[in-house]
Amino acid sequence: MGLFTKFFGSQKSGKIARDRLQLVLVHDRSDISPEMMENLRRDIITVIKNYVEIDENRIELDLEREDSSVALVANIPVMTVRRQRGKAGR
Amino acid sequence: MASRIIVVTSGKGGVGKTTTTANLAVALASMGNRVVAIDGDIGLRNLDVIMGLENRIVYTLIDALEGICRLNQTLIRDKRIENLYMIPTAQSKTKDAVTSEQMKGICEDLRNDFDYILVDSPAGIEAGFRNAAAGADEALVVTTPEVSAVRDGDRIIGLLESMDKSPIRLIVNRIRPQMVKKGDMLSVSDVLDVLAIDLIGMVPDDESVVTSSNKGEPLTLSTDSPASRAFKNIASRIAGNDVPFQDLDGLDSNGKGFLGKIKRAFFGRC
Repeated sequence: MGLFTKFFGSQKSGKIARDRLQLVLVHDRSDISPEMMENLRRDIITVIKNYVEIDENRIELDLEREDSSVALVANIPVMTVRRQRGKAGR
Repeated sequence: MASRIIVVTSGKGGVGKTTTTANLAVALASMGNRVVAIDGDIGLRNLDVIMGLENRIVYTLIDALEGICRLNQTLIRDKRIENLYMIPTAQSKTKDAVTSEQMKGICEDLRNDFDYILVDSPAGIEAGFRNAAAGADEALVVTTPEVSAVRDGDRIIGLLESMDKSPIRLIVNRIRPQMVKKGDMLSVSDVLDVLAIDLIGMVPDDESVVTSSNKGEPLTLSTDSPASRAFKNIASRIAGNDVPFQDLDGLDSNGKGFLGKIKRAFFGRC
């Protein structure tokens, strides 16, 4: 951005406004209440625990915004993978 | 014709809700409709001064709710134009003076006597806004081409949708075509892109809006200025007429600009 403006002159403020607006709206619209986030976290843990043993205290769960998209990013440390019993995985 | 109740709202303050309400009320009445404009901003009333009716207030909406008078005693007839009325609100009360149910009741009571009931909403997303919107069937969202106003507009649109208002249509106010042309202001198409609702009008920034509010004479009463024409067009579209959108780039001395051509190519009538 710094280099860009150096070579091509400063950006028009209308364009800057449009970009800022788009970003701020992506953020506003993806606002999830802390309560909903906590429920989501709990449900994810429940499901994953059926398959692997995880470190519940070190789970990171967050919404990440990039350009004009939002991603749910989870970092879940796995302790051990459960032994597979039979083909159905039960 | 079935009566229509329309709330005029914005989220952000100072973008022109009250001016829009007053001008649309006048324009709709001059088209032959029976119109009442209700000031929904309890404690910070302003519709009375914008319409120039502040000296004629006897009873307010709140008086009617408290049983001090009948609802029709709160109606102030605008003598300058036929079939136009205004209901003022109280200046000394707070937003808690009305409930959503009461507001619904008032709007329903007025339905029989008017073609259009316009409710001027307060800024914000709290009780005042919710009460003003409670009785409305449809909504007009006013915004200006600024990041803050569009952002708040987006929030309000979400709330109006959750309240099942339909249609919800957008008015972009205070556009400065020269600045848009230079790329120094959000264009109407930029705003439409992000908000993704139907446009019902765009109003250019116009000094006559200031002088008209100084005098308490809504523009649509007489003046033929760019903003006045824009408001009349909006009123006509509300009434269901297919009015082509004003060419905002053609409003200034320069005539048709490059951006205008591009915009027309993509947006047709804009």
